[in-house]
Amino acid sequence: MNQPVTVQITSKEPPVSEAMPESLEPRCSECHASLTREQLKAALEVCPHCGHHFPLNAVERVAQLADPGTWREVGGDLQPSDPLDFYDSRAYVDRLAEAQLETGLSEAMLAGVCRLGGRRVALGVMDFRFLGGSMGSVVGERFSQLVAAAIDEAVPLVVVTASGGARMQEGILSLMQMAKTVVALDMLADHSLPFISVLTHPTTGGVLASFATLADVMLAEPGALLLFAGPRVIEQTTREKLPPGFGRSESSLVHGQIDLVVQRRDLKRQIAQLLALLEGGVRCDIEPIRPDSEVVPRGSGSLAQAVARAKKLALTSRGWLFGRDQQDRDPT
Amino acid sequence: MPSLPGVGYSEEINKIEIQLESLKGRKDSAGAAWKTVQLARRQDRPLALDYIKHTFPDFAELHGDRLRGDDPAIVGGMATFDGRTIMIVGQQKGHDLKERQFRNFGMPRPEGYRKAQRLALLAQKFQMPVVTLVDTPGAFPGAEAEEGGQAGAISRTLRVFARLSVPTVAVVIGEGGSGGALALALCDRVYMLENAIYSVSTPEACSAILWRDAGQASQAAEALRLTAVDLYRLGVIDLVIPEPRMGAHKHHRATAKVVARQVEAGLREIEAVSPEERLRARRRKFLAMGMLAPADTKL
Ligand SMILES: [Zn+2]
Repeated sequence: MNQPVTVQITSKEPPVSEAMPESLEPRCSECHASLTREQLKAALEVCPHCGHHFPLNAVERVAQLADPGTWREVGGDLQPSDPLDFYDSRAYVDRLAEAQLETGLSEAMLAGVCRLGGRRVALGVMDFRFLGGSMGSVVGERFSQLVAAAIDEAVPLVVVTASGGARMQEGILSLMQMAKTVVALDMLADHSLPFISVLTHPTTGGVLASFATLADVMLAEPGALLLFAGPRVIEQTTREKLPPGFGRSESSLVHGQIDLVVQRRDLKRQIAQLLALLEGGVRCDIEPIRPDSEVVPRGSGSLAQAVARAKKLALTSRGWLFGRDQQDRDPT
Repeated sequence: MPSLPGVGYSEEINKIEIQLESLKGRKDSAGAAWKTVQLARRQDRPLALDYIKHTFPDFAELHGDRLRGDDPAIVGGMATFDGRTIMIVGQQKGHDLKERQFRNFGMPRPEGYRKAQRLALLAQKFQMPVVTLVDTPGAFPGAEAEEGGQAGAISRTLRVFARLSVPTVAVVIGEGGSGGALALALCDRVYMLENAIYSVSTPEACSAILWRDAGQASQAAEALRLTAVDLYRLGVIDLVIPEPRMGAHKHHRATAKVVARQVEAGLREIEAVSPEERLRARRRKFLAMGMLAPADTKL
């Protein structure tokens, strides 16, 4: 028997819902209500009738989250290369050039430092239009530089994901970006700086299985597909049709994989509030626990006496409980 | 070659590099990558438990993730090695259909990754180096695994290994399939057997996506650059471990011996530096991965 063919870190699924077509009479792909561009724009690209969240590109997302005039790009000069000299039905360099032309972006993640609700943050935003938001060397490096900027300026990190997973055309180097982003986050953790990830439709494969799920707080937009493997692969493996809503944000919430499902109109406010709470913890320096013998009750009066009594009692019971240990420690 | 300051092992490395040179010519011939894929997947190839059997006579297996279950696709436990206890964590595919079904063809579920995390942290508590044996087509893409948090199980395993204060060595012994393999390979040293593969996706999947035809797997295997020599050239692994003539499947014991010697040497090298420097070096190693266009290039 052949083992089942599996796909993990791949960008194989076509985007399930396309951005609104620029046709004469656009309709919502979910409820089929007719919509105008103006209506949609006013509703932040969310269908006013059924609440379906249409994909945002990175620039639109930054415009919705960053306070006007505060954006300073990080790692913007990084350019992709073709390390494997990869060619399938087309050359990778051609695909890259076309993606750059179509999106106006240099890569699948836009990174920068800005204010969000008045609070300084390091903000990364992925763009699914750029080769399925796949994570190649530039995305990994830009992410690391963004983390470095967050550490430099002692500000929290917020990353909005939209990705099919790994950049197949960069092969193993793409896989290594998972490790790279995890290591970068480890350095952020050294500085106790908060990290909030916002998972949007779709976030799958290597992005979900690396930095996206290592956030202190994980938010998701409604209806976002959040899976390690794609639905088609899962159906092939289990040979069963998946129930509707499988792997969507709401299901992930029920299964304990994310913290909150947040409507797009509430997203900025929600992030700002969470950051305020995450950063507002009283920094309580807890004294290391020392052996009882070093503890000397301070002060005087009945409280100190009570403490001393309690200590004595504790020591007595310790000696009784751990008699052998005590003997080992003080051979008299 | 990336290496830490410390105990030198240059003579051995030179020897292997010479062998490597002789391999390069062979690997460039057409279809070689696909042949390697087939070798790496052979059922009679030594698997994690074979290496354990031949190398660690006092291996004590430990089970369970303490949350939900025990995943037979990931085996782990302690053993004495080179005068101290080490922790071994490996992916096990199985030699026959019955074992392969029991082991889920070496495709771990979240429970398996949580077991790996638990054992790694246990190793850290008692200052044991961790050795991982990587051999999986990938993490299991099942509905239950998804709902059980497969993605998060992998990312958290990566985080645990990124932070471990003890020395870590990974050996890709067969198939290193995407994130499910990487989860056990964020280590101070990453070695690969000569006929092992390590890639971002299976060639079949890659071909189905990019060529829209799973029949182009052989072509995809070439394009993905997934052989040990390819990965060495790309700076992803530290060393190629040569296999005995005709391949590892012909000589389990001899292969296990070569792997054991290399792991022993690797661990001694890493143990020679302080935990702080070790952590810094591990971070440097993985932060350096990837390839960018030179500054001010425009496509
Ligand atoms: Zn609608």
